[in-house]
Amino acid sequence: MTTAKVLTALVSCITALMLVHIIPDLLSVKTRELFLKNKAAELDREMGLIRTQEEIGRHVRMLTHEIRSTLDRHTILRTTLVELGRTLSLEECALWMPTRTGLELQLSYTLRQQNPVGYTVPIHLPVINQVFSTNHAVKISPNCPVARLRPAGKYVTGEVVAVRVPLLHLSNFHINDWPELSTKRYALMVLMLPSDSARQWHVHELELVEVVADQVAVALSHAAILEESMRARNLLMEQNVALDLARREAETAIRARNDFLAVMNHEMRTPMHAIIALSSLLQETELTPEQRLMVETILKSSNLLATLINDVLDLSRLEDGSLKLDLGTFNLYAVFREVLKLIKPIASVKKLHVSLSLVPDLPEYAVGDEKRLMQTILNVVGNAVKFSKEGSISITAFVAKPESLRDSRAPEFLLVPSDNHFYLRVQVKDSGCGISPQDIPKLFTKFAQNQSTATRNPGGSGLGLAICKRFVNLMEGHIWIESEGLGKGCTAIFIVKLGIPEHMNHTKLPYMPKMPTNHRQTTFSGLKVLVMDENGVSRAVTKELLTHLGCDVATVGSGDECLQLVSHEHKVVFMDICVPGTDSQRITSRIHEKFAKRSERPLIVALTGNTDKLTKENCMRIGMDGLILKPVSLDKMRSVLSDLLEHRVLFEAL
Amino acid sequence: MEVVQIQRRLVDYTKSLFMEGFLDGQFLQLQQLQDESNPDFVVEVVSLFFDDSEKLLNELTIALDQPNVDFKKVDGHVHQLKGSSSSIGAQRVKNVCIAFRNFCEVQNIEGCLTCLQQVKQEYYLVKNKLETLFRLEQQIVASGGSIPMIEMGF
Repeated sequence: MTTAKVLTALVSCITALMLVHIIPDLLSVKTRELFLKNKAAELDREMGLIRTQEEIGRHVRMLTHEIRSTLDRHTILRTTLVELGRTLSLEECALWMPTRTGLELQLSYTLRQQNPVGYTVPIHLPVINQVFSTNHAVKISPNCPVARLRPAGKYVTGEVVAVRVPLLHLSNFHINDWPELSTKRYALMVLMLPSDSARQWHVHELELVEVVADQVAVALSHAAILEESMRARNLLMEQNVALDLARREAETAIRARNDFLAVMNHEMRTPMHAIIALSSLLQETELTPEQRLMVETILKSSNLLATLINDVLDLSRLEDGSLKLDLGTFNLYAVFREVLKLIKPIASVKKLHVSLSLVPDLPEYAVGDEKRLMQTILNVVGNAVKFSKEGSISITAFVAKPESLRDSRAPEFLLVPSDNHFYLRVQVKDSGCGISPQDIPKLFTKFAQNQSTATRNPGGSGLGLAICKRFVNLMEGHIWIESEGLGKGCTAIFIVKLGIPEHMNHTKLPYMPKMPTNHRQTTFSGLKVLVMDENGVSRAVTKELLTHLGCDVATVGSGDECLQLVSHEHKVVFMDICVPGTDSQRITSRIHEKFAKRSERPLIVALTGNTDKLTKENCMRIGMDGLILKPVSLDKMRSVLSDLLEHRVLFEAL
Repeated sequence: MEVVQIQRRLVDYTKSLFMEGFLDGQFLQLQQLQDESNPDFVVEVVSLFFDDSEKLLNELTIALDQPNVDFKKVDGHVHQLKGSSSSIGAQRVKNVCIAFRNFCEVQNIEGCLTCLQQVKQEYYLVKNKLETLFRLEQQIVASGGSIPMIEMGF
């Protein structure tokens, strides 16, 4: 019995001892188990959250992709609302856009309602300012005006969040700059959670909303840019069409005008010519003094009218640029002489003294439109004569150098020096009535006549200077008038660009151009001449030259042959004397011997390329009648022969 | 090639010859002398020039090859060449002849030889150019066109 009790007591003790150790362990195990269970549940939850986030992230990417895939504003906004609504399971989602005035926000898009009625809300509400002042999504009260989308009282929505959406303009995008978000217009996006869930806005959801808001901003700006460029393009197309139409109309008008002019040209000139011609003829007949006066008046008036018609026709051709200059080489000095000749009669009637001075270094020949240059000079000089009652007119011409323009009143005019052009400057100074400074700009406009001069000089058409200006412009020049004032005379100055003729000949071009003199023979038909030239080529050329002029030419190649052939029938013997070995003196004296009588003796003329005085003196000394410098042009030979036969002597100036 | 094109080529070619100094105004004078009564005047005169010049150039070569150069003779030949070339307007040939004569005057054999070389060169050049010119003219005439007048205006 006692052993059983002792054993029992022992076991109890051991158990008790053991329990003292085991129970805390058991307890700790239990607590750990609980702890681990909790942890597992937490992790589960977190996993769930992460998964949701990931899903949401995917949604965002999809949403962004959707938004960016379209450039249409409405689609962008619609898609945003729809996707956001879906992703975040929203009750309602709305977008408020600023109105044109910028003072109100207008409800533009909602998720649930298809066509939102245009609710507007003033933009300066404190809650809105709060949202606009930060780029974070801000929780707002469901009771504020932007969150009350349905008639009040019907729905109580869950938590509401609002975020600003920056509306970027074209001007915000500077090159190489990020757009500044300072002066901004914002739209307001309002998102509402369903009221029946106890959901709350989580941070990651807010972040999502902010990201989406930014993306929307960018997409909207792209769309805006596209709209702008489309509008600009449409505008340009319209303008193009309009311009095209205008151009076609202008072309039609010009064509019509040209046709008209072409017809009127002929139609107007024909009767004009008839009048002038017949009046001139009438003048030649027997008339009483009154009749003569009448005819003269008719003639003067019709000449005036003819000039006017020509001027108008010229001017309209000048205006549309269809007039081209008739370029040619001409004698500049002759042009001035001609002008002088034409103006002298009128000037002397008015007792005006006209002087012409041409500087020595003015080229004798120039390339340009001779007729129109003469017209210009004549017009300018004519004006000077017209507007001067007494005194003198002075015409000066010189070569304009770039420096000489520095002090004149033509600062815009540029002289471009070049090798084969020169600038001719002509100044015509008169002592007439002058022009007041304010009238000077009007001088070159068509038909604008100075009031006072118009009454005194009804002969002007008012077109002259305008035409001159056009001509001068065509010649790449400039024309202007300077005057000290009324009563102080005036100076007309023009500069034109003329070409320098290429050095064509070693001799000058015909030096007696167009002045017809009755005693000049132009052909020398049958004039017998003898040409002596050792050089075959030169002989052939001289022979042809003289034959062309109508002479009967015999040629010899040496002095002896010359002596053998020469007879009293030959009127002229041309001797080429620059060939050494020809004893020109001997030949000449033999010819003198052969023909004792001067009237029978042919004229002996030396042809030489030597330009020195000694040669000329020699020729004169040995008894030659003339000397011509080689090479000889056709015109020169013609005039030389004329002179020779008339004067029986000709020593060309060396 | 169309007649008009050849005519234009002729005009341009002729103008270029003047611009480059191969021909001067005397050549134009020759062309002026040519008419129906003497339709081949220019070609004839130029052929005459060619014959003359080749003879003279030969003579010159021989004369300058001699151990004792007879400068008077050389001068005489050069003078002839100068006259011929100036008569037809072969400007560059004529210019070399002028220099050539100067060397003859001072009896500078080196200078003369150089000038002979130059004058031969210039002569062959101008001969070539003129032959081309005449060929173009022939082409035009053969195609039924007329030789255009050269205007030396600008």
